[in-house]
Amino acid sequence: MRTRLYPLEDLEDIPGTTVFTAKRSREAYHLHKFCMSLMEAANREAFKADEQAYLARFRMSEAQKQAVLERDFNRLIDLGGNIYFLVKLSNTDGWSTQKAVSSMTGMTADEYAAMMRAGGRSPEGQRSKREGN
Amino acid sequence: MARITAGVATSHVPAIGAAFDQGRAGDDYWKPVFDGYQWVKQWEKQEKPDVVILCYNDHASAMMLDVVPTFALGMAEEFTPADEGWGPRPVPVVQGHIELAAHLAEQLVIDEFDLTLMNSMDVDHGCTVPLSLMFGQVEEWPCRVIPLAVNVTQFPTPSGNRCWMLGEAIAHAVESFPEDLNVQIWGTGGMSHQLQGPRAGLINPEFDNAFLDGLIDDTDRLRAITRLDYLRESGSEGIELIMWLIMRAALGEDVEELHRFYHVPASNTAVGHIVLRPRALVTA
Repeated sequence: MRTRLYPLEDLEDIPGTTVFTAKRSREAYHLHKFCMSLMEAANREAFKADEQAYLARFRMSEAQKQAVLERDFNRLIDLGGNIYFLVKLSNTDGWSTQKAVSSMTGMTADEYAAMMRAGGRSPEGQRSKREGN
Repeated sequence: MARITAGVATSHVPAIGAAFDQGRAGDDYWKPVFDGYQWVKQWEKQEKPDVVILCYNDHASAMMLDVVPTFALGMAEEFTPADEGWGPRPVPVVQGHIELAAHLAEQLVIDEFDLTLMNSMDVDHGCTVPLSLMFGQVEEWPCRVIPLAVNVTQFPTPSGNRCWMLGEAIAHAVESFPEDLNVQIWGTGGMSHQLQGPRAGLINPEFDNAFLDGLIDDTDRLRAITRLDYLRESGSEGIELIMWLIMRAALGEDVEELHRFYHVPASNTAVGHIVLRPRALVTA
């Protein structure tokens, strides 16, 4: 017996969330190749010394390169990226994961940290665009 | 004969590792987190496991780019802590158990789980933060470790039910290993958290606590939680909880809860931790 549990279109129904699929993974392959290169200290130094020249080594789209230069994590996720790759970039910058994550929420890092200390973001109203719950 | 004597679950937040490594465990922010693991550190000293089968996910450190395995079993003699962009964690190299790993590889594929076998890989915070939480600051980890990496990053992940079935198969495989070994199985990751997009920071204590309760006496409900349910209810990274089901299934039908801890937040994440004993061993 073979069952498809639910249509994959439902993945688009979660507010403020981009689900990292096989298709997105392929779109971001070269962006992620760049991110994983930052796991070597010598590469981190080369990147910091000249970001544009370092990015030119990778077959990323111009939009991906620009979003890296701007540290625009929401845009990088729009362009296929996944946070576990992208934190190699924020770690290279000496950012905490919390700071990198907060940059996607429209809050300051301090506001976001305060929200987390107060118990985080409630799931109420955040489960489904369709159901509004 | 080898036997699974206990199951342990814990979150594996990287910031916990950073606080641990940088001597900030006593800070106001981190003390409540580390206090939650005092009990288990003492308990592990008495339990003295020979081997831990450690279910975790690789966070794009050793895999997930060129190769994306659904289930990947660590076969190497040793596993070096990965450099995740700020240098490797200053923790001991993880020592594997090649005989039991090879036995698991054989038996699990015979049992229709088509594993990827990793003969060489580094391990990231997903594997080393749980070791620090259970064993503290040590020169050498006090046991062998067989890392079992699960794809919880790229959709579709395996289902929770598939993870459950893998846990059952692991229990059978361990039982058929001839050497007398005290084996623990750990499930790591979770609890609710989301690390991306405008919904980042989502925490769902009701879901998390119901999940902890369900591990004791409502596992059929947990097996039925869909991937979409996890994404909606526990955040895009909360789906790591499927790895706890591998651990739970390997313990058999009935368990006794030895310890539980829940705390919000550690960085972006709800921290959960539970220690379970197979009931068959409690009454034996």
